[in-house]
Amino acid sequence: MEDCNLVEYFRAQIREDPDVASAVAAIRSLLEFLKRDQSETILGLRENMTKAIHRLEETDSSVAVSSGGELFLRFISLTSLEHPDLSQCKNVMIERGELFLKKISLSRGKVGKLCHTFIKDGAKILTHSSSRVVLKVLENAAADNKRFTVYVTESQPDSAGKRMAQKLGKLNIPVTVVLDAVVGYIMEKVDLVIVGAEGVVESGGVINKIGTYQMAVCSKAHNKPFYVVAESFKFVRLYPLNQQDVPDRFKYKADILKTVKDLNQEHPMIDYTPPSLITLLFTDLGVLTPSAVSDELIKLYL
Amino acid sequence: MADSDGRQVDSINHSTEEDVKLQEVVQAKCEGKELTKEEKQRLRKEKKQHKKNKKDDRGPPEKEKEKEKASVLAPSKPATQSPAHKAAPVPVNASASESPVAAEKPAKSKAEQRAERRARQDTERASKQGKKEGGQQSASSKPKATPNELQPVKRLPEHIQVDDPAALKKLAKKLERQQVPLRSDYGYKVSLFSHLHQYSRKNPPTQQISIPATVIHPSIVRLGLQYSQGIIAGSNARSVALLHAFKQVIQDYSTPPNEELSRDLVNKLSPYISFLSQCRPLSASMGNAIKHIKKEISNIPSQCKEEEAKRRLQECIDSYINEKIILASEAISKYAIEKISDGDVILVYGCSSLVNHILCEAFEKQRKFRVIVVDSRPRLEGREALRRLVKKGIRCTYVLISALSYILPEVSKVFLGAHALLANGYVMSRVGTSQIALVAKAYNVPVLVCCETYKFCERVQTDSFVSNELDDPDDLIVTRNGKTHLENWQTVKSLGLLNLVYDVTPPDFVDLVITDLGMIPCTSVPVVLRVKNVDQ
Repeated sequence: MEDCNLVEYFRAQIREDPDVASAVAAIRSLLEFLKRDQSETILGLRENMTKAIHRLEETDSSVAVSSGGELFLRFISLTSLEHPDLSQCKNVMIERGELFLKKISLSRGKVGKLCHTFIKDGAKILTHSSSRVVLKVLENAAADNKRFTVYVTESQPDSAGKRMAQKLGKLNIPVTVVLDAVVGYIMEKVDLVIVGAEGVVESGGVINKIGTYQMAVCSKAHNKPFYVVAESFKFVRLYPLNQQDVPDRFKYKADILKTVKDLNQEHPMIDYTPPSLITLLFTDLGVLTPSAVSDELIKLYL
Repeated sequence: MADSDGRQVDSINHSTEEDVKLQEVVQAKCEGKELTKEEKQRLRKEKKQHKKNKKDDRGPPEKEKEKEKASVLAPSKPATQSPAHKAAPVPVNASASESPVAAEKPAKSKAEQRAERRARQDTERASKQGKKEGGQQSASSKPKATPNELQPVKRLPEHIQVDDPAALKKLAKKLERQQVPLRSDYGYKVSLFSHLHQYSRKNPPTQQISIPATVIHPSIVRLGLQYSQGIIAGSNARSVALLHAFKQVIQDYSTPPNEELSRDLVNKLSPYISFLSQCRPLSASMGNAIKHIKKEISNIPSQCKEEEAKRRLQECIDSYINEKIILASEAISKYAIEKISDGDVILVYGCSSLVNHILCEAFEKQRKFRVIVVDSRPRLEGREALRRLVKKGIRCTYVLISALSYILPEVSKVFLGAHALLANGYVMSRVGTSQIALVAKAYNVPVLVCCETYKFCERVQTDSFVSNELDDPDDLIVTRNGKTHLENWQTVKSLGLLNLVYDVTPPDFVDLVITDLGMIPCTSVPVVLRVKNVDQ
């Protein structure tokens, strides 16, 4: 399968189902790539897969695509591939790939089910930018006949918060869009903060849309619980020590990385929130404290 | 055998209860297994009661009789036999320190007693095997296991019980038995640390050994002297020196007739280890290395020829050093170099062989950084680190630890070595490390600890008082401008000099631990320990 076909397929996936997580779309494309792959050896197959993952990362530079791709590759190869016939091995890998895909398609629902019980009746929730997982959680809470109000930050430079407000409005949840600068002002009014994540790192911290770190620091200062909701395929083997330590390929959009020379002039799209500021993480593996994330990662990757 | 103490009391008690026991055994044989089970339960209850009474007052030796009973009537599997023997010396010692029992009957010889006991146990075992095996064995082994588990679950190591006279007595007896000289404490100890040993460097225990040393191998004597004089210092260096000395010991070892190498060699090593811990308390890494060797030795199959066994053990020691120390440091360097970026200002404390290795590797890989070496009295180990780094060509700055808050605003990262990583995520390292981590946290500077996995230990500690090491207090005496102020510190009654060696750093101050398994947060140390235990 050609590179451009792969990218086209990926883009098509996202177009058809706008609600799907980008990592899920990436994994679907990788599965398709695997099915159409023509290599003769397992090593060649793995190499092609790795190249495909890199190609997808270049298209959509989110952390989730990178982590999802690597986990997919590990999952399908984590089985005995001692069959003499290559096509048999491929079938085994494809089977496992389908299994993986099915599992992660259900993960958002699992997270939603876990988290909505933490939203009490009459709660005021603050969230940041547009996250489909947070939307699912709020959907579940609303379906449970809970009354709550939501404040969403505008989240410049792409005004993603306004999109989130529209979606929440459709669910008949009272929502207010606030400026990014209002976070400190409004923190005393809210009861809890829920954000999504683009990636969960080894230390238990999260990588998310820029402005999340600020929100976490404010909520810590006001002693408000700061919850993160993320699916398990977003766990990534990075360990940033501070904001500077996050690799550039995640901070900026893929096209900007290719065209712009001086990155100092560019606006980073994500930031890193250290684990000390996070109260709990809701994942499809359960409700975890930040220190438990490393445990889960060791289990996932070893 | 371990029962050489309290011999007299042991044998006296034995004769009184002998008849009782014989009767019981006969009873057990005749009647069904229910009786023995009941009996076991009764014995278990009595043991529990005994433990409670022992806590209130060192009671009458009837308990001891029951203990002996329990140890006899249990299935004499060798596994359960050793906990019994271990349990036996404890109450025996206890009663030895008080007035002895009804010393009416004449004492039989120890060997005869043991032979009789063994004969009885054999007959019992034979009778048991006649009956149903499975349920019987497990039922009878469980009551055996639980009473022994009810024994003091974790015995405190003696090196932190120096102010307890009973523990001291026990240690003295043990060392006497092993023919290892006992080192006496030196000088006034600060009251908070009176439970730790404090030795003087001027009196190494090697002076108290006669020449030629019969019990202790000369390479071990040399090693002990090197430890106590501080010639070999640093966790990795001490472990490697220990393993090389053990290699020499194994080389010179020859199995005595009628003995098995796997058992005898382990017994031979025990007095060496006691001697070394008298010279300087063992570190966590040395403890793990010794555990590994002992396991390897006891895994040698009995039919293995001596030369073959020795060769195997030498290989095993070599591979341990290679894997856990040398290759581990390569792996750690690889991960650590990812964290060093151009333009970094790195702070290091004291002299850690691992951190020095990392910095030298990073410099070779053309990373541009400069180093600030922080040092502290009385050891001034930072000078050695400074020497090594400057020789490589790395730009260095040298400060004492009192200037730490002055220099920290310039620093971008802190690299620390570790002596051991405890099971609750605390880092045990040279004294001063926790201070550096604390101030770095206050300035928001990331703190990275580099530690190989063989230094991970199962101990839990939350403060630096409970278990530590006191160095020679005379080290704090310094001569400036021809005047030595603390020269006569011993004459001043209210003055104590404290020279601590280690301290513990809580995991909140550490951002990242780099091990040969990868980069983990400090709270994941028990996970690694768990994974390692599963592997073994």
